[in-house]
Amino acid sequence: MKIAVASGKGGTGKTTVAVGLARALPGNVQLLDCDVEEPNAFLFLNLDEVRSTEHSSLVPRIEADLCTACGLCSRFCEFNALALLKDRVLVFDNLCHGCGGCTIICPEKAIREEARPTGKIVFGQSGPIEHIYGDLNTGEAMAPPLIRAVKRRISKDKEVILDSPPGTTCPMVTAVKDADFCLLVTENTPFGLHDLEMAVEVLRDMEMPMGVVINRSDIGRSKVREFCGEKEIPVLLEIPYSRIIAEQYAVGVSIVDAEPQYRGKLVDMYREIEQIVMAGRGR
Amino acid sequence: MNICITAQGMERTSRIDPRFGRCACFCFYDSDKDEYTFEKNAFAGGVGGVGVQTGEMMAQKGVKVVITGQVGPNAYRTLEAGGIEIYPNAEGTVEEAVKAFLSGQYTKTTGPTGPSRHA
Repeated sequence: MKIAVASGKGGTGKTTVAVGLARALPGNVQLLDCDVEEPNAFLFLNLDEVRSTEHSSLVPRIEADLCTACGLCSRFCEFNALALLKDRVLVFDNLCHGCGGCTIICPEKAIREEARPTGKIVFGQSGPIEHIYGDLNTGEAMAPPLIRAVKRRISKDKEVILDSPPGTTCPMVTAVKDADFCLLVTENTPFGLHDLEMAVEVLRDMEMPMGVVINRSDIGRSKVREFCGEKEIPVLLEIPYSRIIAEQYAVGVSIVDAEPQYRGKLVDMYREIEQIVMAGRGR
Repeated sequence: MNICITAQGMERTSRIDPRFGRCACFCFYDSDKDEYTFEKNAFAGGVGGVGVQTGEMMAQKGVKVVITGQVGPNAYRTLEAGGIEIYPNAEGTVEEAVKAFLSGQYTKTTGPTGPSRHA
């Protein structure tokens, strides 16, 4: 089973829950950190056998001798990565999504693609946990290609946990896509609820089964529980505020090592998710 | 000479819109005929690369001078390639900005005035 851990609002506890689940589950687990702009799950894992490979994105290069400045590529590019100025085409690497459409549309075959290093993929092992994460180079804006590259390493015979980036834009959708279930970690604050509502809207659009974890659940007076009731989204776990969890998090110790009772709670939650997925519920 | 001013509205008394790519409206001022025309910015709500799109449009319209608030690196590169001079940090109304420019009170920029906001 593949479970994505997402949130909407940042800093609600995605990594706490994702790492906690990975540490709590028996057997072989694969934990993929898809928050490639700020990967941090590795900080809790004391990785062995660390290795990495470079990741490149394809960007267009114009052969000036062949280009007739017809402007078709610039009109075609949805992301405005190509612009026709006077008699030449400018390329904006940082806007390019690497779809390759311009190379197909160019009638003169004047556009070729070039690999440009944009980050790396890091592999490591932590006991039974296989950990893979993407690390986007500073200044790069396009996370989805690297997230997809990380997800191409998904193992078919392990329990897979995907730690998603925050927000509800392309990186989050890319990370969550094709999961069997999405856990939304939130807090009972106005921002927590507001961003949860947006995340739920996105997941409903994706027809993704989901459940909610309320972190620091005894803090805040918003209506997260009422919202979940209304939308028929199960609240699978509540984690009351704990200074021990926070202190241990700050020194790279996971929730199940800080407060061992969460080992059982997280495994129980996992079993409940299995039930929901098997029954085809939670959408 | 064709001058483009980024504006918050469709009048000569509208204020300068400090955003280049995502400005609400464009004012095109023809300094030879002393004529103002206005257009809504159809790119304002675009997802990304709006500065590039706006700059490309201006070059195609034969604009020679842009009067605006801020320009990011992508917009700057586009306008520069289009041979368009950029006068940033303009304030007040469209009419006031045109007068200030024509009397030489503005300074041309030789680089972007701020970071990219394309994401």
